[in-house]
Amino acid sequence: MYDISAIYEAKSVSDAVSLRVEHPDAVIIAGGSDVLIKIREGKLSGAELISIYKLDELRGVSMDDDGTIRILPLTSFSHITANPILREHMLVLCEAADKVGGPQIRNIGTIGGNISNGVTSADTASTLHAWDAEVELTGPDGVRRITLREYQVGAGRVDLRPGELLTAILIKKENYEGYFGHYIKYSMRSAMDIATLGCSVNVKLSADKTVFEDVRVAFGVAAPTAIRSHSAELAAKGKPVCEETFMACADAALNDVTPRTSWRATKEFRLQLVHELTLRALRESVRLAGGVL
Amino acid sequence: MSIGKSVKRVDAYDKVTGRARYTDDFYEKKYLVAKILHSTIANGRVIRIDTSEAEKIDGVVKIVTCFDVPQNKFPTAGHPWSTDPAHQDVADKQLLTSRVRYYGDDIAAVIAVDEVVAKRALAAIKVEYEEYPFVLDPIEAMQEGAPQLHENFKNNILAHSGYENGNYEEAIKQEGLLCYDKWYSVPTVQHCHIENAGSYAYMENGRIVVVSSTQIPHIVRRVVAQALDIPWGNVRIIKPYIGGGFGNKQDALYEPLNAYLTTLVGGRCVKLELTREETFTCTRVRHAMRFHITTYYRPDGRFVARRLEGFSCQGAYASHGHGVIAKASSAFAQLYNDELATKADVYTVFTNKPAAGAMRAYGIPQITFAMESHVEDIAKSLGMDPVEFRRINMMKEGFYDAFSKNRNYYDSLGECIKKGAAYIDFEKKRKEYTNQTGDIRRGIGMSIFWYNTAVWPISLEASSCRLVLNQDGSVQLQIGETEIGQGADTAFAQMAAYTIGIPFESVHVVSTQDTDITPFGTGAYASRQTYVGGMAIRQSAELLKDKILKQAARIANTEADLLDIENGNIVRQDTGEKLMTVGDVATEALYSMTNAEHITAESTHQCTSNAFSMGCAFAEVEVDIPLGKVKILKLINVHDAGMLINPQLAEAQVHGGMSMSIGYGLYETLQYDQNTGKPLNGNLLDYKLPTTMDHPHLEAQFVEFYEPTSAYGTKALGEPPAVPAAPAIRNAILQATGVGIDEAPMTPHVLFKRFSEEGLIK
Amino acid sequence: MEKVKISYNLNGRDYESYIDPRLSLTDLLRGDEHKHTSVKKGCEVGECGACTVIIDGETYNSCIYLAIWADGKHIRTLEGLTNPDGTLTDLQQAFVDEAAIQCGFCTPGFLMSSVALLEKNRRFSDDEIRKLLSGNMCRCTGYENIIRAVRKTMENRLDGKKEE
Repeated sequence: MYDISAIYEAKSVSDAVSLRVEHPDAVIIAGGSDVLIKIREGKLSGAELISIYKLDELRGVSMDDDGTIRILPLTSFSHITANPILREHMLVLCEAADKVGGPQIRNIGTIGGNISNGVTSADTASTLHAWDAEVELTGPDGVRRITLREYQVGAGRVDLRPGELLTAILIKKENYEGYFGHYIKYSMRSAMDIATLGCSVNVKLSADKTVFEDVRVAFGVAAPTAIRSHSAELAAKGKPVCEETFMACADAALNDVTPRTSWRATKEFRLQLVHELTLRALRESVRLAGGVL
Repeated sequence: MSIGKSVKRVDAYDKVTGRARYTDDFYEKKYLVAKILHSTIANGRVIRIDTSEAEKIDGVVKIVTCFDVPQNKFPTAGHPWSTDPAHQDVADKQLLTSRVRYYGDDIAAVIAVDEVVAKRALAAIKVEYEEYPFVLDPIEAMQEGAPQLHENFKNNILAHSGYENGNYEEAIKQEGLLCYDKWYSVPTVQHCHIENAGSYAYMENGRIVVVSSTQIPHIVRRVVAQALDIPWGNVRIIKPYIGGGFGNKQDALYEPLNAYLTTLVGGRCVKLELTREETFTCTRVRHAMRFHITTYYRPDGRFVARRLEGFSCQGAYASHGHGVIAKASSAFAQLYNDELATKADVYTVFTNKPAAGAMRAYGIPQITFAMESHVEDIAKSLGMDPVEFRRINMMKEGFYDAFSKNRNYYDSLGECIKKGAAYIDFEKKRKEYTNQTGDIRRGIGMSIFWYNTAVWPISLEASSCRLVLNQDGSVQLQIGETEIGQGADTAFAQMAAYTIGIPFESVHVVSTQDTDITPFGTGAYASRQTYVGGMAIRQSAELLKDKILKQAARIANTEADLLDIENGNIVRQDTGEKLMTVGDVATEALYSMTNAEHITAESTHQCTSNAFSMGCAFAEVEVDIPLGKVKILKLINVHDAGMLINPQLAEAQVHGGMSMSIGYGLYETLQYDQNTGKPLNGNLLDYKLPTTMDHPHLEAQFVEFYEPTSAYGTKALGEPPAVPAAPAIRNAILQATGVGIDEAPMTPHVLFKRFSEEGLIK
Repeated sequence: MEKVKISYNLNGRDYESYIDPRLSLTDLLRGDEHKHTSVKKGCEVGECGACTVIIDGETYNSCIYLAIWADGKHIRTLEGLTNPDGTLTDLQQAFVDEAAIQCGFCTPGFLMSSVALLEKNRRFSDDEIRKLLSGNMCRCTGYENIIRAVRKTMENRLDGKKEE
C-alpha cells in the first residue's frame, strides 16, 4: 500500500490540464515505475497524484502529413519497440527502448516518463537527442513546441510549466530521412540495469557512401543530462568514412563530456567508455547506412 | 527402488500452482504491522528518542524504543546449543539497542494498524545520537586506536585461531626454494533469497507462536526464549515453505523482536516483514575476507611450505563469527598438502558493517578464490599445465584428517577433473588460446575445491525422525531438517521408502516444521540434510520396518526374520511370495481386538563422522578488453557428492550454486559509503544479481563414489556448488589476457583498472 | 481514504470491488477478497518479477501497478492457469518435469512471464527466451531448468501445431 494523500484520475488531456491547474503540487503519474518507487522510498510519500495512465488518447505513434513522426508520450517501451513506423524510420529508438529494464518494466514504462524525469541515464533520451526531437506541451494557454534540448533544463528538471502536460514527441522528416543509427547501452549486467554510459550515434552518408554528410553523437550519463557532442560531430561531418575519422570523432567526444566519479563508476572508466562506445556505435551506424568499414 | 531415481519433487504441484504456503500466506486473521526504526549513523549511542509526534498518528498501536526493551543479550547464530559455556556462541545482540554499531542498527519499533501508518510513525520519530568514529575494514579495525565496537573484544578481534603443521620457519630455509606471496580480497555479498525475511507472532494459551521463514525452527525457538528470558517451552516456532535461505535464515533474525512485540499488544498477531532493503542491510551477509598467502615450492612445482594469514570482516555482531574463516583455514591445509609445513593464522574482526553470518559454503568460496588464484599464478610462472600442477599438490586418495577423522577414500578430485576437462576440451582449447592479440580474447581456466559435510566434531550432529504408519500402509515422515528449496523433502521420502520397502508415493513428508510437533533436529545448514538426516531416517525406518514385520509375523503365524517388505507388500524372504500388504498389517494392527498397536517409530541418531565432498569447475570466457567485460562461454561443475538420491534435483542444486559463484566472481558486491558507513546498493537494482541474460548454459556432472560413513552413500551437495566457478573464471581471464585479478568480483571497474595497469588499455 | 469502485476481470470472472486507492495490484490480488497467494512480494519496486501478472496480454509487475488502474482490465494470475479440474497445463508440467522449481517463490512470476512468451506463438532462440524472462529473478536454479522447461513447452506447442 502506497502512502498517497490523494489521487486524481484524468479523464482526458484537457481534464489533466485542469487537474494540474487545480492541484499545482500534485505529481503526474504515467506508468508509475518511477513515481511509485519514490513514494515507497519516502521521497514522495504522502504525495497527491494526477494519474494520466488511463489516457489512451496519449498512446501510439503516427506520422503527420509533413512526414513528422509523432510519438505520444504514454506509449510504452515495448510498444515503441514494436511500432512499424519507428522500425522503418528510427530503428535505433526501437532498440534503445528495448534496452530499458526488463520486459515487465518495458510494458509499464512510458517514453514520455523517460524523458520527463530528466534522468541522464534514460535510455531513450540520448537517442531522441541525437535525432533532434522536439516536444509538444499542452497547457491551459494552449500548445507550445520546444526542442528536447530546451525541455531538459537540468538534472531531474524539465521545462514543464504550471498546468502543462507533455502531449507529443516529434521528429521531423529532415531529421530522420536518410539517417541510420546505433545505440549502445553499457551497463553492469545485461538486463534490469541502468546505463553506466549510453551512446547513441546516427549518420547520413553521401550517395557513394564514402563521406559523412552528417553525424550526430549523443550520450547519457556523460553529463548531468543527456547531451550531444558537437565536437565529435564536427570532427566527422564532411570527412571521409574511414578509421581515422572514427578515431578523430571518438577523441573529440572527450572534449564535451563531464562524467563524474561516483560509487557507480569512476570518471576515468566513463571516459574510456565514451571513447570506445563512440567508435563502436559509429562503426555500426556506418555499416547500417551501407558504408564500407 | 526409490533412491537414485529422478522422481518429481513432492512439493512440485503446490509450487507450480501457487498454492504452496509461505510465511506471508500463512496467517489469515487480522494482524497488526510492525516496522523497525534503523539508525542513520554507523557507530555511536542513542541519547534520546522522541516518539511524541509519532504517538499522535491515528492507527499507531505501540511504539517501543531501545530504552524500553529487556537489556539481556543473546546469541543469534544457527548453531546447535552447547551445554558447555566455553563452546556457546557469543551473546551480543539485543532486541533493540541504544549502542549503535552499524548504519541500520535497530533502535525502535512501531506497531500500527497498517503499513502506511507504521511508516509514517517511523518518519515522525526523532532520534538524538552521540556519534563515534567508525571503521569498515577488518585490518584497520585491529589497529591500536581504532574505534572499539564491543567491550570484551580488544582491538575488535572476535577470535583468532591458527595451526602449524610441521615447522614452517625451518621448512622455508631449505635451499633452492621459490617463493610466491600475494594478497587477495573477496567482497561482502548477500544471499538474495527471493522471499525476504519475515514473521508473524501471536500468543495462544499464554505461549508465543512465531511463524517464520527460517531454516532452523528448533534453534530459533531456543534463541527467542533466551532473548526474552522465558522458559523454552513457552515458545513455538512454525516454519512453512520458505522462499530460499542460503544461510541467511540460519540465524535468528527478527523472530525474537517480533515475539517480544506480540507480548506488548496482548498477544495480538503482529506481522514483521522486512523490505528488500532491510534484508540487504539488517539481516546477514557473507563475510568479506582478505588473505595473504605465501608459498615456498620447488622448481618442479611441489609445495614445500605454505602460510595463510586471513582477516574476516564480521561486521557489527558476532552471529556465526569465527567459524566461517576457521573453516576456510581448514581448506587451506587439506585441499593442498605441503611436503614439510603448513601454517595459518586467521582473525575475525568486528567492524561497523552489517553482521556477517552463514552463507552457502561458509568460508570456502572465499578461501578457494584466493587459493586457486594463487595456485594458478604459480603454475603459470613455472610454465606448467594447471591440472598437472594441481595433481602434484592436491589431496591424495587415502588422506586422513585426525581431527575430523575424515578419510579420502577415492581419487575424487582426479576423477572430477577428468570429466570437467573432457567436457570443455581443456588441452586443445588452452593451446588454441595461447598468445592471442587484439581487443577480444578468449581463455580457459579451472579450479578445484574442498568441502566437508555437516559440523561434526565441532558441534553436535544429531537428527530425529518420526514415522507414523497409516491404515493404508503409507507413512508420515517428520524430521527437524528443513525443506528450503533444495528438495530435502523429496530426498527424505525416497530414503524412507527405500529402507521401509514401500513405494515412494507412500511416504508423506510433513513439510511444515512446528516445534510443538516436529521431532528435534537443528535444521538446514552445513549440507547435512541427506547425510545427518539420512542417518536418522534410516534408523527410524528400520525400527518401523521391524515393527511392521513383527505384526505381520503375528498375523501370518510365522517368524518376523523370515519376512521382508518389498514395494509395499509383506513377502517371504525365501520364496518371494506376497503374504499381505503393509496396509493390511497396519489396519489389522490398529484395529486388533487383542494386540492393538499404532505402528510408529521415532529415534534420534547421533552422527559422529564427517565426509569430504570435493570437485572442480572449468570455465571458458571471452574478454572484451576495452570495455572490461567478461562473457562466460562455457561452464561446468563436477562434484563427487557420493551417491545421488535424486540425480535431477542434484543437478539443479549444482546449477544454483554455479549461478551464485558467477555472481561472486563477476557481479556482486555490497558497497558502503566510506564517509558515513551507509549502504549504497542494498537493493535488487543496484546490487547486480546476474539475470537470465548473464548466465551461460550451466553444465553439472558427477562422479559417484559411495561414501562409506553415510547411510545412503551421500555427502555434501547443498553448498559446494557455490564454490569453484568464480576462481575458474578468474583463471580463464588470466589465460585470455595474461592479467591475474586478485579480487572478486571482477567487475568492469576492476578489469579496467587492471588492464590499464598492465598496458592492455592505453 | 475514500474507497473507489473498480470493475475488472480476473482469470475469466468479472468482479466489482470497492478498494482503497492506495493499494497496489499486488495488495488487491493477495488481499482478503481474492487471496491469490501466487502473487509474491520480493522487492515491491519492480526489480524481481515475483509478482508478475498478465494484464490485457502483457506482463506487469503488480507491485508497481496501482490497483485502481485495473478498472476495465483483464488480469490473469497463476491461479487462473491451472485447469479447472486441477490438472496442470503443459507449461506447469514442464516446470515439474524439468525440475525448474526449487524454493518455488519465483516460480509463479516465471510461469506468468512464460505464458506471455508462449502466447506469442513464435520459435524463440535461447537468447530470446532469456531476454523475455530477464525481468524475473531466481536465486536457486541458475535459470537453467527454467529455460529448459520453457523451451520444451514452446517446441512441443509449435511442433504439435505443425502436425495438424
